[in-house]
Amino acid sequence: MRYSVWSLIRQGLVGNRGWPEAWRDAAPKDRYDVIVIGGGGHGLATAYYLAALHGITKVAVLEKGWIGGGNTGRNTTIVRSNYLLPGNEPFYEHSLRLWEGLSAELDFNVMFSQRGVLNLCHSDAQRDAFARRGNAMLMMGADAELLDREAVRAMVPGLDFANARFPITGGLLQRRAGTARHDAVVWGYARAASALGVDIVQNCEVTGMVRDGDRISAVETTRGTIRVDKVGLAVAGNSSRLAAMAGLRLPIESHVLQAFVSEGLKPWLDTVVTFGAGHFYVSQSDKGGLVFGGDIDGYNSYAQRGNLPTVEHVAAGAVALFPALGRVRILRSWGGLVDMTMDGSPIIDRLPLANLYLNGGWCYGGFKATPASGWCFAYTLARDEPHELNAAYRLDRFATGHLIDERGAGPQPGWH
Amino acid sequence: MRITCPHCGSRGLTEFSQQGDASPLRPDDGAGEAAWVDFVHFRDNPRGEHRELWQHVLGCRTWLVVTRDTATHAILRVEPAADVRGRPRGRT
Repeated sequence: MRYSVWSLIRQGLVGNRGWPEAWRDAAPKDRYDVIVIGGGGHGLATAYYLAALHGITKVAVLEKGWIGGGNTGRNTTIVRSNYLLPGNEPFYEHSLRLWEGLSAELDFNVMFSQRGVLNLCHSDAQRDAFARRGNAMLMMGADAELLDREAVRAMVPGLDFANARFPITGGLLQRRAGTARHDAVVWGYARAASALGVDIVQNCEVTGMVRDGDRISAVETTRGTIRVDKVGLAVAGNSSRLAAMAGLRLPIESHVLQAFVSEGLKPWLDTVVTFGAGHFYVSQSDKGGLVFGGDIDGYNSYAQRGNLPTVEHVAAGAVALFPALGRVRILRSWGGLVDMTMDGSPIIDRLPLANLYLNGGWCYGGFKATPASGWCFAYTLARDEPHELNAAYRLDRFATGHLIDERGAGPQPGWH
Repeated sequence: MRITCPHCGSRGLTEFSQQGDASPLRPDDGAGEAAWVDFVHFRDNPRGEHRELWQHVLGCRTWLVVTRDTATHAILRVEPAADVRGRPRGRT
């Protein structure tokens, strides 16, 4: 069924009893051409583009829990393409363009809201760095605007412009950036992929891989052994564990990133504000809650929860930037697992086996990448070579020295 | 998460800084490129027991090897790095 205002009216007239299921909850078959492990946004997008653009429909997405129940449900839903380096920016700009057409393509409202992302700067040096990044973005086809202090004040009057430690001197604004609805992205891709014949298999945890020489011949799951031609991993946060099942190690550490939502407020903030100097960023959801976060906790973790010092640090950043937030109460906090790579950039590549591919290493920025990640991973799986958009995201860059280190932080995952 | 420093006693997390897996050892000078790539970039990254380097930066500044469960954050063992890592190696 195609969703439209007519289907809405028609279903309204019959008490909403005629809606078909959005996607099939499939049982696993014996064999697939491609198995994508991980039923989050990236895995489902990969399956959709494999079927829609490459004609590969004998595809299963294996999810250990329920789709969208991992990191897709634990992020802060920000979409942007404000990167500096040539290995990154064209990829993220491609992703932003896919976001702009995503609701129409999937026939599912992903609630993509281009409310802008504003990065604040606090010194001449930081403003110069933003000017350079903005120019790099413009040269690579994205949009960027450098705002002075008064333009920032007009846009977000609630900021503390009298802060002595971090005086706001301006900001870098990407107007086409914004937020999207994470659950809708998952269900939109699941519905579109399922309609093209993809099997979405839930409660199916991969427990092992059957290796036959330099190939993976089958994956062992809690719902039986499934034979396969090609295997794609889209399990960021747990990439190392899956790679270990195939006897491989990765340049990745798993870390915990916390996020928070406040009680619901009246409309107060109509853009996304990031305060990099203070490790804090915030947007307001359509329900009214302030959705915010900061940096990773800074130690290896698979616990999906963090510690209180980080909560305190993020709250301090919030109040430093927006004094009016001092009396707002936090409603919930949670932690997601992130694949922190050694250079802070992702990996979309074949691993050193004949038919095992990795989509991972998204650090704390995987949500915005969802469409392009699936698009490029599907291309790489189908053709056994990277598209030029993910040509820089090779695993061998850690040996050849072609690192993509936006912050110039060096090979220490906690610093990116 | 609190860590019991062998010199200072039980202290809060904010006094410490983590530097990742304690297992990789600096290769010998003559080691080939592959050994260096592995040392600098590749990690086991286990879910469960993990030996890692921590420094008590806001205390006695001793480097520690902390054995910690990455799935539960339980701290199983804390030892001065000098006692368990042999000769001093990089990452200072």
